Amino acid sequence: MIPVLIDGQMAERDESELDRRVGGHEDDNEIATWVEYRLKGTDTIVHRSAHVHLKKAIIGDAMAASIG
Amino acid sequence: MTANAQSMATSFKQDLLNGVHAFSASYRAQDTFNAALYTTNQGLGAGTTAYSATGEVSGTGYTAGGVAVTFGTPPANANGVAYVTPSANIVFNNVTLSTAFDAVLIYNNTAAGKNAVSVHTFGAQTITAGTLTLTMPSNDSNNALLRLA
Repeated sequence: MIPVLIDGQMAERDESELDRRVGGHEDDNEIATWVEYRLKGTDTIVHRSAHVHLKKAIIGDAMAASIG
Repeated sequence: MTANAQSMATSFKQDLLNGVHAFSASYRAQDTFNAALYTTNQGLGAGTTAYSATGEVSGTGYTAGGVAVTFGTPPANANGVAYVTPSANIVFNNVTLSTAFDAVLIYNNTAAGKNAVSVHTFGAQTITAGTLTLTMPSNDSNNALLRLA
């Protein structure tokens, strides 16, 4: 069963009642994938989940000055 | 409107010199850290100093302030780099976030000022009756989420 939002109401639907689409992209910063479910025969997204893998570290510089 | 920018908060570096943050219990009680999501073009970046509800996502299942971040592995150093990475995925379960968001702010939830640590950006997302999972890079000197070189 897939959790769905239909007309503002949370519900569950069997996957067979829905159209499933998956997508994703990768760049230097992330690997993102998502899955969307639409009511069959419509373009209404009733479920969307995403998975984002953060690839890019954040670096802070630490410095010590010379004395004298 | 200014795009959100991935960055370590400049104030975080000052906070380190002041001993504000404890990512482990090695020297004092460990602080708790949170991750909050922000909609696009909120201007988050190096100048972000603290958590704010302004620009934060809102929607079913999402609690203002975000979710806890687990730092189960103490900071380490190798190859001249000190580093730390959350030890678990950051997961927002069963949420509906209809307004596009593209940034997560990690901040110290123990500090009275909710001091900012870092801003991490990604491609804009929405979530409908679903789950957002943020997974972490490897915790090493080349890839860790936070590194001081």
